[in-house]
Amino acid sequence: MSTTVDDLQAIADRVVAQAGAGEQIEAYVSRGGETAIRIYEGELEHFASAQSEGVGIRVIKDGRTGFAYAGTLDPAAIAEVLADARDNVSFGTPDEFAGLAIPDGVAQIPQKFWDEELAGYPTDQKIALTKELEKLTLGMDERVRVDEANYDDGWGEVAVATTTGIRESGRGNSCYVSVSTLADDEEETQTGFGFSVGDSPKEFNLQKAAREAAERATRLLGAIKPPSKRTTVILDPYVTSQFISILSSTLNGENVAKGRSFFAERMGDQVADPRFTLVDDPTNPLAYTATDIDGEGLAARRNVLIENGVLKKFVHSSYSARRMNTVSTGNATRGGFAGSPGVGCLAMQLVPGTHTQEELIASVDDGVLIQMVSGLHSGVNPVSGDFSTGASGMLISNGTIGAPVREFTIASTLQRMLLDIVAIGGDVDWLPSRAHGMSLVIRDVTMSGT
Amino acid sequence: MSLRTDSPLIEPDVIARVLAKGRSTGAEFSEIYVEDKRSTSAGLDDGKVEQVTSGRDRGAGIRVIAGDTTGFAHTSDLSERGLLAAAEAAAAAAKQGDGGVHTIALQPIFRHPVNTIVQFPDTVAKARKVELLQRADIAARGVHGAIVQVSAGYGDSIKQILIANSDGIFSADEQVRTLMRVSVIANGDAGMQTGYNSLGHTIGFEIFDENDVEELAIRAAQQAITKLQARPAPSGAMQVVIKQGSGGVLFHEACGHGLEADLVGKGSSVYRGKMGELVASPLVTVIDDGTMAGEWGAIGVDDEGHASQKNTLIENGVLTDYMWDYIRARKEGRKQSGNGRRQSYADLPMVRMTNTFVTNGSENPDDIIRATDHGVYIAKLGGGQVDTASGDFVFGMVEAYLIENGEITEPLREGNLIGNGPQVLKDIDLMGNDFAMGGPGTCGKDGQGVPVGDGCPTLRVKSMTIGGTAA
Repeated sequence: MSTTVDDLQAIADRVVAQAGAGEQIEAYVSRGGETAIRIYEGELEHFASAQSEGVGIRVIKDGRTGFAYAGTLDPAAIAEVLADARDNVSFGTPDEFAGLAIPDGVAQIPQKFWDEELAGYPTDQKIALTKELEKLTLGMDERVRVDEANYDDGWGEVAVATTTGIRESGRGNSCYVSVSTLADDEEETQTGFGFSVGDSPKEFNLQKAAREAAERATRLLGAIKPPSKRTTVILDPYVTSQFISILSSTLNGENVAKGRSFFAERMGDQVADPRFTLVDDPTNPLAYTATDIDGEGLAARRNVLIENGVLKKFVHSSYSARRMNTVSTGNATRGGFAGSPGVGCLAMQLVPGTHTQEELIASVDDGVLIQMVSGLHSGVNPVSGDFSTGASGMLISNGTIGAPVREFTIASTLQRMLLDIVAIGGDVDWLPSRAHGMSLVIRDVTMSGT
Repeated sequence: MSLRTDSPLIEPDVIARVLAKGRSTGAEFSEIYVEDKRSTSAGLDDGKVEQVTSGRDRGAGIRVIAGDTTGFAHTSDLSERGLLAAAEAAAAAAKQGDGGVHTIALQPIFRHPVNTIVQFPDTVAKARKVELLQRADIAARGVHGAIVQVSAGYGDSIKQILIANSDGIFSADEQVRTLMRVSVIANGDAGMQTGYNSLGHTIGFEIFDENDVEELAIRAAQQAITKLQARPAPSGAMQVVIKQGSGGVLFHEACGHGLEADLVGKGSSVYRGKMGELVASPLVTVIDDGTMAGEWGAIGVDDEGHASQKNTLIENGVLTDYMWDYIRARKEGRKQSGNGRRQSYADLPMVRMTNTFVTNGSENPDDIIRATDHGVYIAKLGGGQVDTASGDFVFGMVEAYLIENGEITEPLREGNLIGNGPQVLKDIDLMGNDFAMGGPGTCGKDGQGVPVGDGCPTLRVKSMTIGGTAA
C-alpha cells in the first residue's frame, strides 16, 4: 500500500518470524476507530466514539490450517493467539491446496485512501452538518418526519505479513451521512431513506440525500397492493446494486470448485443478455469498496467476469485458484482480524448503457418501477437461483409513472433474470456498497399481490 | 448453580471511579458494560475439516446520558487508565457543564442465572467438537446419492459480562452458547436445491446428549432431496398454514419489532397508540420471555444489568405492553422490562426481543391442514424483514408444500411471503395445540445482531401473499 503503518507491520513481522520448520504463518494486524452521530428533533441523540484493535493469526502445517484471533494487541495476548492457532492446526483435515498467498509480481495501482481533511474534521461541524441534513429533509415536504439523521466515519490501519513473503500495510478513512424518513397521511405511514458518501464531509450532497429520503417516503403514500401478473420491472439504481451483489457468490471460484454455483459448468456460455457486461474492479477509485490489495495482500485487479453476456471468468483467492489449477485473481476477502480469508467480488460494476431512467420508463408500456426490495436474505437462494423479494414502487403504464404500489413480491430465477435484461441505464450511482447501481430493466418477472 | 467464579471482571472500587468520571461533565447517568468472551468454532466443508478457530473478545463500553443526549465510548484496554479515558470521552460527548464530584455507591453484585450449564464447552476437547462435524457429514451424505455437498459448522462461546451504573446497579452474567448447523446441496434434473438445519441452546456441550447430530444432518439432507421435486411456488393471496416452531418468525416480524418501545416512541411503529386495543385475532397471545431456560434468547440479566423477565405483549388479541430499555422506560416513567440488549461492548444497547412466541390454542394440527381446501403449508421458515412504520413484512419459506383438499401434496420451491403485520395478526383463524420453539436465530437491528428465539404452535392465516412465479 502507499502509506505504511510501521508499528503494526512490526507486530505482524514479529509473529511471522516465529515460524518453525515446515510451518507457514500469516499475521493480520489492524487498528481502527469510528464516530457515530445521531440527531433527532434538532438535538444530539447520541455520540459514539470508539477505537478497536486486534490480531488474527493463520498457521498452516502439513496441509492443515488453524486460526485464532484476539481483540487486543497486548503482547501476552498475541502470544496466546499464536499458541491457539498452532494448537488448532492439528484438528484440520490435510488439504493439498491449503496454503498462503505467494507474491505474484502483479503491481498495485496506487489510489488515495486517506483524506487529511476528514482526519482533522472538527466534531462540532460533524454534528452541525447532521442537524442541517435533518432540517433540509424536514423542509422537503410537510408530511415528512425524520426518524433519524446520522453521520458516521471510520478509519483503519492494517498490516499483513506471511512466511511466503507478503508484507503490506496501509491505512484508510471514509465517511457518510444518512437519513431515514417517515411520511404520514391520516392512518398511513411510509418510510424512506437517503444518504451521501464522500472522501470528506465537504463532498457530501446533503440536498440530494434529503430530497431522496423525502421522495422515497412520500411517493409511497396511498400505495395500493397491485394485482398479480407477469410484468416488466425497472430496478432503481439502489435495487440494482443489491441484485448485482447477489451474483458475487455465483462467480466465486471457491463456490464453483465446491459445486455451489449454477455457473460451474457454464464457462464460455451465453448466461446473460448480450448487453450485460459485468466487471469486478477495485482499482476504480470511484468504487466505494476500491482497494489496492486483497484480503491476502495480493494486488487488487480488474477482472471481466461476464462480457456481452458470455461467462468469462470466476474470481479466486490463492486457495480456490490452486484447487482449480489457475491463478489468484486478487479476490481474497477478509472481514477484519477476526476472520480468515474467503473469496468474493470486491467492487462490482456493470458497463452502463446510455439511457436515463426517464427514457427507460418511457420505453415501458406496462410495468413497475421497483424502489425498494426486502427479504433478500430470506427469499433469494444463490445456489438454486430462486429469486423472490418483497417490493414497493410505482406502476408504469404507457411510458408514464402511475400509482404507487406496495406489499407485493417480485419473483423469477437469477438465471432467467440475467437473460431477460432488456435495458441497462446510464445513470450510474456509486453507492456505499460492493456493487454500484444504475437503472436495470428486466422483463417477464412475476409480480405477486392480490 | 453453574457459575465457576464469583469474582467480577473489574474491581468495584475501579468501577465506582470510572462511573464518577462519566458524570464529571454534568451527566445524570453513567454506565459501564464489560465483556470477556472466549469462543471456539470449527467448520467442515467439502468433506474436510477446514479450520478450527479460537477467539477472544474483551473490552468495555461506557455510556453517559445527559438529558436526551447519550455519549458513548468503548475500549479494549481494561486497565483503570483505559477505562477512565473512555469514560472521559463519553462524558465529553454528553457535556452539560460542570458536573462536580460524584460518589457512586454500588449495590452488592446481582446475578440471576436462568440457564443451567452441565458441561462448559471450554472443558471439552476440540477433537470431540470436530468429530461432530464429521458425523454430520457422513449422515447427510448417506441420505441419498443426490447429495453433492455438505458443510457443517460448530460454535461455542462463554461470555462473562458485568454491568454497573451510577444508580448503583451492579450485575453480572455468564452466557454460554453452543451451536451446530448443517447445510446440504442436492443436485437433480432441475438444478441444485439446498437444505439447512441448526441447533443452538444457551447450555453447554450436554446439548449433544439431548440432541442427535445425525438426525440434525439427515433432516437437512431430506429437505434438499424433497425440494429436488419441488414445483414453482404459486403467486397471489391464499390460505397459509404455518408449522409449529420456526413459524414464530412470523410474530417476530409481524409485531415483535413494532412493539419495541424505541420505535414506538419515535412514532415509527404501526402499533403506536394502540395500547389496550384489539390488534390481533383473540386466538393470539404473544410473549417475550428472556428467562426461558436453554432457549437461544435466554439471558440472566440484560445488557443494562436488569434481570430478564417474562413479558406478555398481546393477550387474547389485546395489546398489553411494549418492550422497554433504560432510556425509553425512564422517559415514560415506568420500569424496564429486561429488553435492553447490545451485540457487544462496542455497541450501544437498545430495545431488543429475547425469546418471542405465541401460546397454544386448542386445535389439533392435523385438523388445521384438513380444514384447508387450497393453500400453502410452511414446514420451515427462513428469516424475515419488517418495515415497522407501514407494518409490511416478509419472511422466507425454506420448506413448503401445497395443500389441496385438506391434504399436503407437492413440495414448493423457495420464496418470500409478504403481508401487513396488523392485518395478518387479525387474519389468524386457527391456532394449534402443539407449541414448540424453533431453532436459534440472530435478530438484526440498526447494524447489531443479537441471539433470539422464536416459537409457535401450528396455525393458519386465512390470507397471505405467496411470492412465487406460478399462476
